[in-house]
Amino acid sequence: MHDHPHDTSELDDMTARARALETILVEKGLVDPAAVDAIIEIYEQKVGPRNGAAVVARAWSDPGFTDWLREDATAAIASMGFAGRQGEHMVAVFNTPEVHNMVVCTLCSCYPWPVLGLPPTWYKSPAYRARAVREPRAVLEEFGVTVAETMRLQVWDSTSEIRYLVIPERPPGTEGMDEAALADLVTRDSMIGCGQPRRPGPR
Amino acid sequence: MNGPQDLGGRHGFGAVQPEDETRRFHADWERRVLGLTLAAGALGHWNLDASRHARERLSPAVYYGASYYEIWLRGLEHLLERAGEVSRAELAAGQAQAPGVRSDRRLSAEDVPGVLARGGPTDRPGPEPAFAPGDRVRTRNHQPAGHTRLPGYARGCVGVITAVHGCHVYPDSNAHFQGECPQPLYTVRFDAMDLFGEDADPTLTVSIDAWEPYLDRA
Repeated sequence: MHDHPHDTSELDDMTARARALETILVEKGLVDPAAVDAIIEIYEQKVGPRNGAAVVARAWSDPGFTDWLREDATAAIASMGFAGRQGEHMVAVFNTPEVHNMVVCTLCSCYPWPVLGLPPTWYKSPAYRARAVREPRAVLEEFGVTVAETMRLQVWDSTSEIRYLVIPERPPGTEGMDEAALADLVTRDSMIGCGQPRRPGPR
Repeated sequence: MNGPQDLGGRHGFGAVQPEDETRRFHADWERRVLGLTLAAGALGHWNLDASRHARERLSPAVYYGASYYEIWLRGLEHLLERAGEVSRAELAAGQAQAPGVRSDRRLSAEDVPGVLARGGPTDRPGPEPAFAPGDRVRTRNHQPAGHTRLPGYARGCVGVITAVHGCHVYPDSNAHFQGECPQPLYTVRFDAMDLFGEDADPTLTVSIDAWEPYLDRA
């Protein structure tokens, strides 16, 4: 049987359930499948963590922009073309040598879509939501990140429509790099507070 | 509500499984559920708070056994049924048996980019805030049977206001279609030991965003 991939007559339960609902909604004239396609295309191909990486790279490069991010992150980020659903009210939180920031939504899956895209599965998992507020250092170890015991750890639970973006510290050895090169160092996880930016490597 | 969604501080859920950032979906049906949820939301039958409540009211056994997009799909079915757009018989049959109510509000593909780019800001005019940054507050022992955004782990705890965000739509009311009732919104910072006891990490602080009805002056 392993030679034969399942065909569409053997749909798994969730595929069948989602397809049934879409069929009903389309038949009723409530949903246009082309609109569903357009939504998927935007979040699969256009809106993702490279947007946030560009914001971080500009913050590392432009002190005026950093000040703007501190004062009005929504406007500063919108100036780069990143705005809208699940990013209507942005706050940027800055890592320093004294404080490491980390973001969670213990009650559901709130996440800054315009800058980071859709949340990863682990961000929505009960394990992350349960433990990020109680034992974030242990969670960070599972991401391979160690935060010194001398540092304060600040966790932001996204319980309202405020969305948090972590601005990690600029890595050493990046002097003279332009924004595009800097953005390549910024990982999604580092903007949630569950990772660190990459160090510059041989080009 | 003291439902399955209120996960902060719970034990027993195991390790976190990191994943590469290029992985957006795990199955094609997840893509469709994302698109259906957003497209159906444009019909205007419910708001974001009501959709969160539709998910958290799933039974704990279902909630913990489901992937997040399954939770979304089950929540969406409930919302559509409640709005009178889809019947249980239709869901069972997998086909429509009556026309849609708000088909005149169907989201078109051309309107998708604009709708997503506009989003849905929740700031509103409202009462003057009672608290200011630096004020000490105690969260109320607030545990309504309906929707709330005060997590269980932060009830009855003393913290400090670190930010005032103006007035925002109040989820406890809006989720139940009882009006937006805007209330001042604050960020409140707690020492982890005040939330989780003496064994908590002494270097850890946790902030929540809390509406004024969740708070008393401490």
